[in-house]
Amino acid sequence: MAKTHIQFTLNGQEVETLVEPRELLIHVIREQLGQTGSHIGCETSHCGVCTVDLNGESLKSCTVLAVQANGGNVMTVEGLAASGELHAVQEAFMQEHGLQCGFCTPGMLMRSYRFLQENPNPTEEEIRYGMSGNLCRCTGYQNIIKAIQVAAEKLQAK
Amino acid sequence: MSTDTQEREQELQGVGCSRKRKEDPRFIQGKGNYVDDVKLPNMLVGKAIRSPFAHAKIISINKDAALALPGVHAVLTAEDLKPLSLHWMPTLAGDVCAVLADEKVSFQYQEVAFVIADNRYIAADAADLVAVEYEELPVVVDPHHAMDDDAAIVRDDLVGKDNAGQGARKHNNHIFNWDVGDKDATDRAFESAEVTVKEKMINHRVHASPLETCGCVASFDKVKGDMTIYMTSQAPHIVRTVVTLLSGIPESKVRVISPDIGGGFGNKVGIYPGYVCAIVASIVLGRPVKWIEDRIENLSTTAFARDYHMEGELAADKEGNIKALRVNVLADHGAFNTHAQPTKWPAGLFSICTGSYDIPVAYANVDGVFTNKASGGVSYRCSFRVTEAVYVVERTIDVLAQKLNMDPAEIRMKNFIKPEQFPYQSALGWEYDSGDYHTALKKVMEAVDYEGLRKEQAEKKARGEIMGIGLCTFTEIVGAGPSKACDILGVGMFDSAEIRIHPTGSAIARMGTISQGQGHETTYAQIIASELGLSSDNIQIEEGDTDTAPYGLGTYGSRTTPVGGAATVKAARKIREKARKIAAHLLEVSENDLEWDVDQFRVVGSPDQAKTMKEIAWAAYNDVPDGMEMGLEAVDYYDPPNFTFPFGAYLAVVDIDRHTGETKVRRFYALDDCGTRINPMIIEGQIHGGLNEGYAVAMGQELPYDAEGNLSGNTFMDYFIPTMVETPKWELDYTVTPSPHHPMGAKGVAESPHVGSIPCFSNAINDAFMQFGATKHIDMPHNAFRVWKTIKEMGLNKG
Repeated sequence: MAKTHIQFTLNGQEVETLVEPRELLIHVIREQLGQTGSHIGCETSHCGVCTVDLNGESLKSCTVLAVQANGGNVMTVEGLAASGELHAVQEAFMQEHGLQCGFCTPGMLMRSYRFLQENPNPTEEEIRYGMSGNLCRCTGYQNIIKAIQVAAEKLQAK
Repeated sequence: MSTDTQEREQELQGVGCSRKRKEDPRFIQGKGNYVDDVKLPNMLVGKAIRSPFAHAKIISINKDAALALPGVHAVLTAEDLKPLSLHWMPTLAGDVCAVLADEKVSFQYQEVAFVIADNRYIAADAADLVAVEYEELPVVVDPHHAMDDDAAIVRDDLVGKDNAGQGARKHNNHIFNWDVGDKDATDRAFESAEVTVKEKMINHRVHASPLETCGCVASFDKVKGDMTIYMTSQAPHIVRTVVTLLSGIPESKVRVISPDIGGGFGNKVGIYPGYVCAIVASIVLGRPVKWIEDRIENLSTTAFARDYHMEGELAADKEGNIKALRVNVLADHGAFNTHAQPTKWPAGLFSICTGSYDIPVAYANVDGVFTNKASGGVSYRCSFRVTEAVYVVERTIDVLAQKLNMDPAEIRMKNFIKPEQFPYQSALGWEYDSGDYHTALKKVMEAVDYEGLRKEQAEKKARGEIMGIGLCTFTEIVGAGPSKACDILGVGMFDSAEIRIHPTGSAIARMGTISQGQGHETTYAQIIASELGLSSDNIQIEEGDTDTAPYGLGTYGSRTTPVGGAATVKAARKIREKARKIAAHLLEVSENDLEWDVDQFRVVGSPDQAKTMKEIAWAAYNDVPDGMEMGLEAVDYYDPPNFTFPFGAYLAVVDIDRHTGETKVRRFYALDDCGTRINPMIIEGQIHGGLNEGYAVAMGQELPYDAEGNLSGNTFMDYFIPTMVETPKWELDYTVTPSPHHPMGAKGVAESPHVGSIPCFSNAINDAFMQFGATKHIDMPHNAFRVWKTIKEMGLNKG
């Protein structure tokens, strides 16, 4: 199948590659560009383990074509600590035991990162709704919610 | 304890502290290494072609068009695997399972062919080009009709065989009959009882569905003859043995690596056709082959759980003293008996079904049958069939309470095994190690103001509002297990630990278990830290690589702490004994003059004379007593003397909307007793997760089949995984009743919340309707539609 040239920013770096028009963004990020932090859990946009940030919005990268990211700005979990310091959501997930197997974690972190910019001071109910596109089988969510609350406080204090 | 001692203990970060997890830094930075992250040079991708029918003859398979597609390397069918004798494979339950369908398919989504291509896109294109012609056959879907005279035969390969690997069978679709207990005495107790109850109930077909699906990368080196397999396996060492038995490659040349695993919950214990196809393809093509199933394949094929159709009966006197328990089960195992259990236990440890109660006589009888559905019967976040066993006793005791007009808490208190009866011999043959059930339930009732809740419920009832209170006081049996009772393919169910102390006092330890999120790298180090007085931060834990770790049976059935944890303690104590000898030598005293003190051996009565473990480690490599080997390391293979029996008391409060059937879980209070607690933070995390999985099973998860055997709910659109919105808040509590036979008194915890919460939720729903006069048990899943139907049938939505 004929390939299309695309270029976009991935975690602050300009990347370019050839893709088939049908290729999904998650496959290109993981398999061509070698950033395996984002995962694949359902390929039907239900579980959210592939969540990345595209042009300032949370995005399930399993249901978007790579060509749609052309010219865009993509951030994955690998870009969260780009400054050399852990982001507040990363620290809080670790501190509050908000992860177990770690498989949903990159998606959870990327959604938390964006959610706390959309709503810097959320109530517990707002966290539950705002994060409901991301599934976790291990934690029962209680500590994830706590981690997001802790991260919100930390970010507010900055 | 002196301040100095306390400080030194705290520095170790040993048993009992909520140490932060060692695993987390890599997971929060996207640096985990899961199977699908493995990318080897020249790697190909495999994909299964699956049957659209539940039961059909294969007339022909035409692979020409697929093979003509550029980038396709091979299309395997049963015909291709036959010369290698790999078209069928043995199961853990003594049966065989088709790797690729041989002449017919026996369930929808069964593997028919396997394409190998350059990448996932070409593999998907090629899969569409493989043309399979089928001739449909009549199906068996309902297990209750599997043994009808005119039932279609699920397994042609077993026709004429009176044994499918687990004893005599009486019908072509019968797998086994297994019973336990004194039938005659139980029957007599029922005949003479003042009160009896009998209820039919289903533990419906569900799937553990970890967020990471199953998969592997198989890499055969044709020059060296070595096979390396990265696999999502909860039991890598057993996989290695099976690969050797199937392929003939010496076990020393097979390396199985379970890297980071994205949740298991029992789904990753078995060996599935996709793994075998990838392994064969790698041998045939001499290149690495990756196979990763998608979500539909995961939910449709790789090992469902439950599907137990049970009839529970209790006999009692008028005061509610239980006299006997009788349980009959029809078990639907699907098209092959791929039940993952210790070999001798066709119904797992179901005989724990007498629960937490002192029941004088009991009898349980289980028949397994084949149907045209996916095969399985794995333990979804529980020890083998323990969820089913706990459900039947915990539901039936509520039914008995209702008949006697007693409170469910009162009847439990009356029948609990008493603390002084431990070790307790159960009517079905187990020796319970320890327990204090009265204290646990009492603590829960006080914490939630049980009487107040019942009063509120009565007030609400008067207003037509539906509130339910569910109790569950469960006992689990975990830590399989003693090799005299438990083996997998002839290998005893021990587990192992190997600890090596380096000269400067840091250490590496390797175990036969494998974490799938339980935090082993954190907690094993805590055990060693406490035993050896070395900081857990300097103890590296490794698991999952069969080339480096000692042989072990893996992680499932809550066996890591009871078995692997015990091996770790024993190995550490061997090291400490050697360290004592070295310390005596260094201090020029007798061994008997030394006492252990947190992180050092000191001379009794002369505490200033001491050698720390760090100093001893250095000496172990340059100054040991005459005749002693240098070095400081030990290995232990631990064969447990018994199982462990964690227990708990759970309470749920639900409010049901009488117009929509929606259930709100207002409170869930979970008290667990897992004996000695290694890391409270991790224990609480495990319990949160288990409760949520129990909530999912009780309130919505189901693999639904239609009359033709079509699976009509196999994506996350249909299959219920609770999100944060519907997940309840969890309130946790604990008591500590150590196991007397475990070297540190620990029992295992991760599965209790799943096992205990399912009947608790179900009891709450049933309690809500019993107060309005419902007399029949209401089956799970208690989703809004089903609850609404009950409301409507009972006319509770009026007014």
